[in-house]
Amino acid sequence: MSITAEEAGRLSQTQSTTASALRLGNRLGMSNLWFAFVALLLGLPMGLYQVAERSGYFPWLESSHVYFASTSTHGVLMAYVLTTFFMMGYGYHSMAHSLKIKTWSPLFSWAGFYLAVFGTALAAVMLLTGKASVMYTFYPPEMADPLFYIGAVLLVVGSWFWCIDMIAGMTQWKKQNPGKPVPLVMFGTTINALLWMWTSAGVAIEALFQLIPVSLGLKETLDPGMARTLFSWTLHAIVYVWLIPAYIAMYTLVPKLAGGKLFSDEFARIAFVMLFIFSVPIGFHHLYMDPQQAAGWKLLHMLGTFMVAVPTFLTGFTVLASLEIASRLRGGKGIFGWMLGLDWKEPMVVAGMLAMFMLTFGGFGGLINASYSLNAMIHNTQWVTGHFHLIFGGTTVIMYLAVAYWIWPKITGRQLHSKAMAVWQLWLWFIGMLVLTLPWHYIGLLWYPRRVSSTPYEHVGVVAQWGIYELMMVVGGIILVVSGVMFIYNLIRTHTNKIAEPDMTVSYAEAIHPPLKVPNILNSLSFWNWAMAAYMLISYGYPLLQFFFIGTHGAVPFGI
Amino acid sequence: MHVDPLEKKWLYVVGGIVAFTIAVQVYYAAAKGIHPPSNVQTIDSAKLHLSKEFAENNLGVHKNTDGSLDVTMVAARYGFYPQEIEVPIDTPVRLRIASLDVLHGLLVPYSNLNLMVVPGYISEANTTFTKLGEFPMICNEYCGIGHDYMYARVRVVPKNN
Repeated sequence: MSITAEEAGRLSQTQSTTASALRLGNRLGMSNLWFAFVALLLGLPMGLYQVAERSGYFPWLESSHVYFASTSTHGVLMAYVLTTFFMMGYGYHSMAHSLKIKTWSPLFSWAGFYLAVFGTALAAVMLLTGKASVMYTFYPPEMADPLFYIGAVLLVVGSWFWCIDMIAGMTQWKKQNPGKPVPLVMFGTTINALLWMWTSAGVAIEALFQLIPVSLGLKETLDPGMARTLFSWTLHAIVYVWLIPAYIAMYTLVPKLAGGKLFSDEFARIAFVMLFIFSVPIGFHHLYMDPQQAAGWKLLHMLGTFMVAVPTFLTGFTVLASLEIASRLRGGKGIFGWMLGLDWKEPMVVAGMLAMFMLTFGGFGGLINASYSLNAMIHNTQWVTGHFHLIFGGTTVIMYLAVAYWIWPKITGRQLHSKAMAVWQLWLWFIGMLVLTLPWHYIGLLWYPRRVSSTPYEHVGVVAQWGIYELMMVVGGIILVVSGVMFIYNLIRTHTNKIAEPDMTVSYAEAIHPPLKVPNILNSLSFWNWAMAAYMLISYGYPLLQFFFIGTHGAVPFGI
Repeated sequence: MHVDPLEKKWLYVVGGIVAFTIAVQVYYAAAKGIHPPSNVQTIDSAKLHLSKEFAENNLGVHKNTDGSLDVTMVAARYGFYPQEIEVPIDTPVRLRIASLDVLHGLLVPYSNLNLMVVPGYISEANTTFTKLGEFPMICNEYCGIGHDYMYARVRVVPKNN
């Protein structure tokens, strides 16, 4: 059979378009991911410094000025910079390789990246010079230098460029492939992009109408009750924005690299839409102990908070079932024995299993935090910081690391410098996280408040019981810094590895029953977007509107 | 849409867990009146000294006719005022507190007292101290460079004292 010259021409054109789409996705991916992991590397020693400074065992380290500047910087680097750039890098790579199309304008994509980089740099200068020691949660009426808020806003605006790219990419692909299910990796990525736009709107409104005008002196006062309500809009959903890339890897990479198949493609989609809809309109569990919202609204948000446990339960089931199948295909046996039959030399499998383990502990802690009544026991204690370090630093970041180990050879064409070192590094990360966060939870139950740089209370009976656990946490911190350095070292050495990567093709896990067609509701975002608008109106409409008629008094700004 | 039988069972289990957890909380909220502090009452933080309730002379412990106590306090960088309160054990206490400046928080070990103090609002919480002794009342929300030093003393004494 022969093809006409015209057909051959079209074919080679398609191939070169695909190749250039992949090249762009790889470049955007690598730039964003490197920026993310540099933030991780810089943030890690700050964490170690903080836990050592606070412990009281190293008096020569003690300085509340340095401590609070460090905490604010550590929070911004880990929670905003690492996550946002990781999400963007992984997303650009996933879009290029799953849809095989270019972003609608490469210039636009790069503009977003550089805007986010510029914003980060601006905020970093203010943080490192101690002019923004207001924590990554901002805490008005304490005021930082206006450039800090402007930098943070530019980081967010830069990331919106990425959101537009993802949504436009999925829309374009659906037009070219009518009726076909959007590849799962891209469905998850796009829903996360839309979620991030919804999520970041709260803090953006706070920054644009309260923080920036007051810090510039254009407005004299702001209402901290309203600021906290707006921030709660962002504060819980943002953790799902960080978590979804980790879940995407669990669904689309872990089963594949474990040598098996994804247990259910449809349930993965259901989990993603549930994570979307139940993440933003439930932020009041961060305000349970606040005076400016009434109990009924807090109860309403509590209901949604518990609903968001459902997609996590689904994810745990699907990912473990996929891993079990992979193990049994390799000859794994027994009810629990199959776990030993997994490929424990594959970083993605190691990370997937360890992430699941940490998710079980962390999820349990989360249910306590979410509880309308139990929250009083742990609110603003070290339990809370222990909790989010376990579930974010542990479950989420360990998946980021595993994605890097997988993606680096695919982009650079060089084999990973050392797979064995990667496996060791992930185990150390896991051990370090447990040694750090388990005592951390416990001292929280012993009323150790969060966000202090020392504990000079004269009540020795209360203070004395914390000491030994703080020492354990220092050990955990050291392990994590060592692990982080190993990670970066492995990536750097991969760039100069002389051995070429034998398998450059990027492919994702296939489902046991690959969907030929999925219900439109699991293949499109518009229904969920409207549902979110309605749910947000119900849960944030009155609580925000009330500030305009309950007779609030603005608070004047204060320096730190 | 393909649903595995095992998956269906798991859905029932998950639904059961979530429904049970929510039911327990709604029950305690509705039947036992257990709610987080949420009174939504505004005040001008810049004029606390001119308000009747939070003027300096009116701060401290007040005894009500039914034997319960009202405790009125002000949180301000870097202390709680009054700096020391004495309350009898096993006595209902209603704490009302306002901030003079920035965000503060408050927790007392060995009690369930834990709340946020937001400038512009009056925070209110009800509790009963059940352990004798002196405890710190700790600021648990970052309020500035001196935050570490922000604490007061709560002395819980025998009832007939």
